[in-house]
Amino acid sequence: MRRLSRLATSLGLLATSAVAFAGPALDGVTQKQPTNWHAIIMFVIFVTLTMGITYWAASRTKSTADFYTAGGGITGFQNGLAIAGDYMSAATLLGLSAMVYTQGYDGYIYMLAFFAGWPIILFLMAERLRNLGRFTFADITSFRLNQGKVRTMAAISSLTVVCFYLLAQMVGAGQLIKLLFGLDYNVAIFAVGLLMMIYVIFGGMVATTWVQIIKACMLLLGGTLVMLLAVSQFGFSYQNLLEKATAAHKLGPKLMYPGSLLADPVTAISLGLGLMFGTAGLPHILMRFFTVSNAKEARKSVLYASGFVAYFFNVIFLMGLCGIIIVGKNPDFFEGGKVGGKLIGGGNMVAMHLAKAVGGNMLLGFLAAVAFATILAVVSGLALAGASAISHDIYARVIMKGKASEAVEIKVSRVATICLGLVAIVLGILFEKQNIAFMVGLAFGVAAAANFPVLILSMYWKGLTTKGALWGGYGGLVSAVLFVLFSKPVWVDVIGKKAALFPYTQPALFAMPIAFLLAFIFSKIDGSDAGKKEIEAFEDQYVRAQTGYGSAATGKH
Amino acid sequence: MYERIRGNPKFDTLVARRGKFAWTLTWTVLALFYGFFMLVAFAPKSLGEPVAQGSMLTVGVLIEFSLFVLFWVLTAVYVRRANSEFDALTREIIEDARKGEK
Repeated sequence: MRRLSRLATSLGLLATSAVAFAGPALDGVTQKQPTNWHAIIMFVIFVTLTMGITYWAASRTKSTADFYTAGGGITGFQNGLAIAGDYMSAATLLGLSAMVYTQGYDGYIYMLAFFAGWPIILFLMAERLRNLGRFTFADITSFRLNQGKVRTMAAISSLTVVCFYLLAQMVGAGQLIKLLFGLDYNVAIFAVGLLMMIYVIFGGMVATTWVQIIKACMLLLGGTLVMLLAVSQFGFSYQNLLEKATAAHKLGPKLMYPGSLLADPVTAISLGLGLMFGTAGLPHILMRFFTVSNAKEARKSVLYASGFVAYFFNVIFLMGLCGIIIVGKNPDFFEGGKVGGKLIGGGNMVAMHLAKAVGGNMLLGFLAAVAFATILAVVSGLALAGASAISHDIYARVIMKGKASEAVEIKVSRVATICLGLVAIVLGILFEKQNIAFMVGLAFGVAAAANFPVLILSMYWKGLTTKGALWGGYGGLVSAVLFVLFSKPVWVDVIGKKAALFPYTQPALFAMPIAFLLAFIFSKIDGSDAGKKEIEAFEDQYVRAQTGYGSAATGKH
Repeated sequence: MYERIRGNPKFDTLVARRGKFAWTLTWTVLALFYGFFMLVAFAPKSLGEPVAQGSMLTVGVLIEFSLFVLFWVLTAVYVRRANSEFDALTREIIEDARKGEK
C-alpha cells in the first residue's frame, strides 16, 4: 500500500514534470551543494548566447504578431525542436531516468504514455489549430461565439494553468539550482525570474523560441553523449547491459516485468487522460502552433517534435539502465558511502551522477547547465502565454473590443510579463518549503477539463453555443479545482484535515466528462437567436478549418 | 467565398478522405496503446518473458520499442499524405473558388 501511494505521488510529480515542464520531481527541500564552477561557467555561456539572441530578436519584434507568434516565421523544423524542448524538461531527464533506475521497465511504460498523445494531436488538432487560431487558443474557441464572454473564460482558465504551473516551476527550479549549482534558493529564484522577464519583454516569441531551440539541442546532445559513454562500458551490447543490470538490481529478474503501474486502474486511466488531453489544453503548447506559417509547417512541427521526443525517451531508458550498475554500485554516489542507501542529492540525481561517472566534472557541469537552461526556457514560454491571455484576450479583445493599437497592446503584454514575473518571484520565495506537487496536477487538470473540452467541441461540434461553452468551461474549471482541493495532497497534506473527500489524486477522468456533459446539455437547451446564429456560423468556420482559407498567415503570402 | 468552397464537390472529397484517414490512424494508435496497457494490467508476466531462450531482450521492451517506432511512422505517413495530396486538393479548391469570384 505504501508503495502504491508513493507511486501515486511520483505519478503526480511526473505529470508535473515530464511534460513540458521543467519542475523537477525533487523530494522536498534539497541540501545546498558546494558551488559547481563548471556548471556556472557553462550556464553563463548559455545566458550570454541567449541574451545576444534576445538583442537580435528585439530589433525584429515590432508588431503584435512578432511578439506573440514570431510573425508566423518559424519553420516546421525549428518549431518541432521548440515543441520538443517544451515537452522534454529537466524533470523528464531527471525524473524518468530515476524511475528506470528504481523501477526498471515501469519507467519505460510511462514514457510511452507521455509520448502517445502526440500522434493524436497531429491527426485531430494540429491543422485546425493553425487554420483557425492567430495568437491564443481563445481565438479558436471564440471564433463564432460571444467574444467577450468566451474569451474572458478562456483567459481565466489559461491564467489559472499558467500561474500554478509557473509557481510549481519556480519552486522546483530554486531547489534544483540550489542542488546543482550550489547557489542560494532566493538567488536562484531571482535569477530565473529576471532572465525570464528579459527574454519575454524584449525578445517576445522570437527569443523565447530560440531559447527553447538551443536548450532542446543541448539536452539532446548532452543526453546522447552520456548515454553513449555509459553504454560503451558494456561494449554497446544490450544483452551484456541487461545481464549486469538485473544481477545488480534488488528487483533482480523482476526488473523487466511491469510492476505497480496499473495497480490502481482508476488513477492510471485518469492520469493517462490528464496527460494526453492536458497537453492538448496547455496554453503555452497550443501557442506554439501559431508560430508557423501554415498547416503544412504545423504538421511538420509535430513530426519533428514527436521524433525527438521518442528518440530521447529511449535514450533516457538506456541511461536509467546503465545507472543501475554505474551509479548504483559506486559508493561515491551514496550518502556515507553506503551502496544501496540514499543517493547524494536525492533519488532524482541518477542522471547527474551518471554524467559525472562517465564524463567527469565537465559533463556533469554541462548537464547541470542544460537543466537550468531547460527551466528558463519553460518558464519563459509560460510567461509569454500568460501575458498574451492578459494583453490579447482581456485587454485588446474584451476591454477594447478589438480597437486597441498594436503598440499599446505590446506595452500591455510587457507590463503583464513584469507582473507575472514579480508574482512568480514573490510566491516562489513564499512557497519554498511547501509541497508544490499538487499545483502541477491542478494545472493539468484545468487544462484537460476546462481548456480542452471547449477547444475540441468548438472545432468539431456544430451545435456548441456560447451558453454551452461557458457552462462547459467554467464547469470543468471549478470541478477540476475542487477535485484537487478535496484530494489527499491538498486536503490532508496541505490543509491538514484527516481524510480526503475525493479518493483519487488525478481529476481528469471525472472533471472532463462533467465539462463535456455541461457543454452538451446547455448548448442543446440554448434556444436563443444568438445561439442559432452561432450554429449557422459553424459552416464558414468549418471551411476555414479544413482549407486554411482566410487564416492569419496565409493572408501574408 | 466560403459558400463557393462549400459548393465545390472537391471540398466534400477532401473532407471525406482526410477525415477517414485521420480517424483510421487515430483509432489505430488508441487501440494499440490501450491494447498494450491491457497487457500491462492483465498479463504482466508475459511482457517480462525473453523473446528467445537466453536472450535478455524481453517481449515487453520489444513491443514497446516497436510502438514508439510505429507511432512515429504513422505520424510520418499522415504528414506525407496531408502535405502532398490533401494540400494539393486544398489549393485546387481555393483556386476554383477564386475563379468563380471573377
